[in-house]
Amino acid sequence: MNFLEIMRFAVRGLTANKLRSALTTLGITIGVAAVILLVAVGNGASASIAASIQGLGTNVLNVSAARGGGQGAVTRPLTTQDAHSLVDPVGAPDVKAASPVVTTTATATYGQTSYDISSVTGTEPAYFETTNRAVADGSLFTTDDVTAARKVVVLGPTTAQSIFGTAEPVGKNVLLNSIQFTVVGVLEAKGATGTQNADDVAIAPLTAVQNSLTGYGNLNQIAVQATTADSVSLAQAEVTAILNARHGIKAGGTADYQIQNSEQLLATRTAATDTFTVLLGAVAAISLLVGGIGVTNIMLVTVTERIREIGIRKAIGAPRAAILGQFLAEATMLSLFGGLLGVLIGVVGSRFTIAGIVPVIVPSSIVLAFAVSALIGLFFGSYPANRAAALRPIEALRHE
Amino acid sequence: MKPVIKVTGLTKTYGFGDTAVHALRGVNLTVLPGEYVAIMGASGSGKSTLLNMLGCLDVPTSGEYELDGFPVSELNERQLSLLRNRKIGFIFQSFNLVPRTSALSNVELPLVYSGLSRTPRRTRALAALEMVGLSERAKHLPNELSGGQQQRVAVARALVTGPAMLLADEPTGNLDRASTADVLGVFDRLNALGRTVVMITHEDEVAAHAHRVIRVDDGLIVADDRRWVGVA
Repeated sequence: MNFLEIMRFAVRGLTANKLRSALTTLGITIGVAAVILLVAVGNGASASIAASIQGLGTNVLNVSAARGGGQGAVTRPLTTQDAHSLVDPVGAPDVKAASPVVTTTATATYGQTSYDISSVTGTEPAYFETTNRAVADGSLFTTDDVTAARKVVVLGPTTAQSIFGTAEPVGKNVLLNSIQFTVVGVLEAKGATGTQNADDVAIAPLTAVQNSLTGYGNLNQIAVQATTADSVSLAQAEVTAILNARHGIKAGGTADYQIQNSEQLLATRTAATDTFTVLLGAVAAISLLVGGIGVTNIMLVTVTERIREIGIRKAIGAPRAAILGQFLAEATMLSLFGGLLGVLIGVVGSRFTIAGIVPVIVPSSIVLAFAVSALIGLFFGSYPANRAAALRPIEALRHE
Repeated sequence: MKPVIKVTGLTKTYGFGDTAVHALRGVNLTVLPGEYVAIMGASGSGKSTLLNMLGCLDVPTSGEYELDGFPVSELNERQLSLLRNRKIGFIFQSFNLVPRTSALSNVELPLVYSGLSRTPRRTRALAALEMVGLSERAKHLPNELSGGQQQRVAVARALVTGPAMLLADEPTGNLDRASTADVLGVFDRLNALGRTVVMITHEDEVAAHAHRVIRVDDGLIVADDRRWVGVA
């Protein structure tokens, strides 16, 4: 009695009732595919959030005015001087750059084309490095441009395309709210980060924007770049100390500004998506377990249905091991086949975008789901198989 | 001559206490190689129980059983299945072929369990089918065969391993007259070739083929008539 013969008996047993075998297989297939796919979706969600936060720059702090302004306290707006005071090799050695930022919206007009730019930013050249922006065409504006308040602008790729179409934008003049600006550069595409499209922007010297669009009011934010990703928290403490001093905020007092740290943002978001992934995985694992119970159920039915056959086999000399092997092989084949199919569906399915998330397969989830499906066959099949093998020939033969 | 079957003081009791049923009450029996034995008795007399013990399908409550020299009561399960495979060919009243499996595969089955490889297995199975006159039906499934043909496949399956004896439990009980003649003809030929045959029947015409008739009543052997020995 060799292994191959046992396998042949098992295949014959399974093909004798194709519909039943197929439905049992389906249970395992759905379970395995669900584990792989749902874990991939959860993983894809965290990956996309991590990527978008990474895109903002991991060593960036955003200082913005506090909303509400405290309880009747005198709130001081953020000023350009605040921004410049943060670049201080003595008081703030971990701050590499700090750019004052004003933001507004504007309608751009070029020839017959009119386009609403969702974000017009006035800032200083350091802002480009701080936010990881590089120029694809032309050049960025310079400190000189800021000092002279030259009306030059760097456009995001989406903006440039919307205004100029296929024409070369660099060197052209464009009207922003009827004020003429010269396009000096186009940024590299960065993609949507969260809700905002980072490619639909116009960035111009702070002074030029204040001059012509926003007026010399308050800053919307100060973009601070720490020297390295590891020194973000040190930089945050230094920025806090300097701003507290400048704004006259005593220790323990409520600050009239807030500092947002991309690391913290990443940590909270990742924690949320991790929970999400665990929940999805748990649901999928339950469906895999249900599939396993399905295998047990079908094997029990099969054994009961074929007790006479087992009796015949034993009467003509089938050893216990051969009967055990045959039914165990049947159960394992069912779940292995279902598992393979599930892996296939899971892998293929995760190539599609699901609910706006591009799934990222976790290789260990494939290994785990497949191994579990194989073990399900052995584990859940062993009980019915044992029952079949332990029957006395005469009892089995008398069974109706 | 060394006996094929040597049974002493065999008893079998089903249930316990007041509800206990004594199917066998101490049977002594010796069957020599080449004998053709018919066991007769009313239903409930214990003849089937006796045959199941002889075929190692059931375990006696007490008593000794030696099959071709092997002490059956001292063997473990694995050795018992080996014994069933090599020494016994069992034929049932209801044929008991494995469903959805061709006649040839059914005949091959005992050889599969004895570990024979494919080619000699096929040769021996075809020879066994030839013996019962069914070689042209080798590829048919059991439900495509008549009762008599199914029983002859079962006989082929029983004799394919070259067992020490054939045990048949009312082999013609479900068959018409013509099929009965077919199957008994096979038994006669096998016995003429020296094979030991033990069969249960309640029909005198069937028993007439045997050389020795044993009558069982209420769990005991009440008659053992060897009058046909030497006649054949």
